[in-house]
Amino acid sequence: MILDVDLRHRQGAFTLDARFQSEGRLTALFGPSGSGKTTLVNAIGGLLVPDEGRVGVKDRILVDTRRGILVPKHRRRIGYVFQEARLFPHLNVRQNLHFGRWFTPRRERRADVGAIVELLGIGHLLDRWPSSLSGGERQRVAIGRALLADPHLLLMDEPLASLDEGRKGEIYPYIERLRDEGNVPMVLVSHSVPEIARLATTIVVLSDGRVTASGPAPEILRHTRFFPHAGLVEAGALVETRVLRHEEAYGLTVLRAAAGDLTVSRIDLPVGAPVRVRLRARDIILSLAPPEGLSALNVLPGTVTGLEEADGSSVDVTLDCGGDGVVASVTLKSVERLGLKVGLPVQAIIKSVAFDREALGPAQAMNM
Amino acid sequence: MTDWLSPEEWAAVQLSLKVALAAMGASLLPGIAMAYLLERGHFWGRQALDVLVHLPLVLPPVVVGYALLLGFGRRGPIGAFLAEQFGIVLSFRWTGAALACAIMGFPLLVRAIRLSLETVDRKLEDAAGTLGAHPAWVFLVVTLPLILPGIIAGMVLCFAKAMGEFGATITFVSNIPGETQTIPSAIYTFTQVPGGEGGALRLTLVSVAISVVALWMSEWMARRVRRRFLA
Repeated sequence: MILDVDLRHRQGAFTLDARFQSEGRLTALFGPSGSGKTTLVNAIGGLLVPDEGRVGVKDRILVDTRRGILVPKHRRRIGYVFQEARLFPHLNVRQNLHFGRWFTPRRERRADVGAIVELLGIGHLLDRWPSSLSGGERQRVAIGRALLADPHLLLMDEPLASLDEGRKGEIYPYIERLRDEGNVPMVLVSHSVPEIARLATTIVVLSDGRVTASGPAPEILRHTRFFPHAGLVEAGALVETRVLRHEEAYGLTVLRAAAGDLTVSRIDLPVGAPVRVRLRARDIILSLAPPEGLSALNVLPGTVTGLEEADGSSVDVTLDCGGDGVVASVTLKSVERLGLKVGLPVQAIIKSVAFDREALGPAQAMNM
Repeated sequence: MTDWLSPEEWAAVQLSLKVALAAMGASLLPGIAMAYLLERGHFWGRQALDVLVHLPLVLPPVVVGYALLLGFGRRGPIGAFLAEQFGIVLSFRWTGAALACAIMGFPLLVRAIRLSLETVDRKLEDAAGTLGAHPAWVFLVVTLPLILPGIIAGMVLCFAKAMGEFGATITFVSNIPGETQTIPSAIYTFTQVPGGEGGALRLTLVSVAISVVALWMSEWMARRVRRRFLA
């Protein structure tokens, strides 16, 4: 188990009572502000002593109040990337990057400085001082600094919260590369659904200090009721696709998903490149027969696998489209009119394919 | 130099510099430790300690000098102990003058360091901790460099105070030419004897010059430190 947490902590009127486990390469702690996300990561990172509970990282017990175990933060080997980069102002970028390395036992220094500097694209900043860096550059240096201490786990507490959309887009690809190519599991605190949809492999949803859901990202994102604060609009399914071809004449790109092809506006990625798209529940119309005379280009055939009442009048209909889970938010009335039930074959007409806005730069959520 | 100053005046200048540098050097580490203790420490009696450290700032210097004489004089409890065990005698010696100056300058040193310690972002220290640095290392490689401007300012204040200290010094170690006669005591002596105006004036000028150089050096060092942080 990469991460095994079971904590209780009181802080004034707020009570944290959280329990979850994760095997994910990138675990997102999701919830509105005040839901206890930061308290939780601080307890994992050793910046806060919890009243009671256990924290295990990669089968190493860091906290166990019952057995009186409390590993101090400098011996936890947990990297922490803070909201503000917290670079040391009296050290230049190179010295900042090497800081954690000075304190890592020699035989445990595995991180490859050159590779991390290259991966984060900070090679040209090494001789600069932190005060001369942009917000995005600072965060990249902060991530590098944490990684070079050879952590067993990397905590990121809303590392992008203080950055504007453009800067976020600058950092997401680096986090994705770390997730896919690096060997350090990560925990990302976030209150942004597009952000976790793009990055997370496992999601833990927190609300008022409690874990309301946890599991693999595609499964959690499918359920609108886990995101009451984000509103219905945000829920949707994640579908992994690859670029199949570009139709230059129409300015379109065809993506291949398991269940079929999706046509979207031309995106600037090479053929074969993986693209994660999000099909928002409210953007999907269900039809019993393959539609004709319709302007929509994207229709995926599937089978109903579940019906779940989200709130009063709307129902989350889960479909299996060639192995991908897709969820549509329809009204109770439609469910009755179409006679939707588990096992029924239907056509999912996709009004629009949302790329997480940050994934491809602005204005990429488009209607087809 | 000696053409311009009489041997007696020159001795006073040398002694003053020696006493002030010794006072500053000896208080530096205890000053940093005390500032840290008062700013970060949580212990019973912190307030009382705070008052005790600051007392020389508000007490008449002569009172401090007399207290030193009682405590560190040859028959005082501490003075007798030091003389018997280590053969260290402070009263009526230049080392005693340094002790008096150090005690008078200590609150200034502590205050300056404490003020800059207050502005250190604790979050940076937390970050250093998560990077594997033991608290002692965090202090050495993060906190200490960040409070360096405050330490420099405190050292200059302490040095200046030591250069100008008069009341406590003259009470504790008297006014012995060549041994305990610092610039202020020498100026005082000159003003008490006929024809001493020239010597008093020359030592005053030397005093002003030393102060100006000290201030300029501290500014220069502080600017260098700041430039590193904000480059």
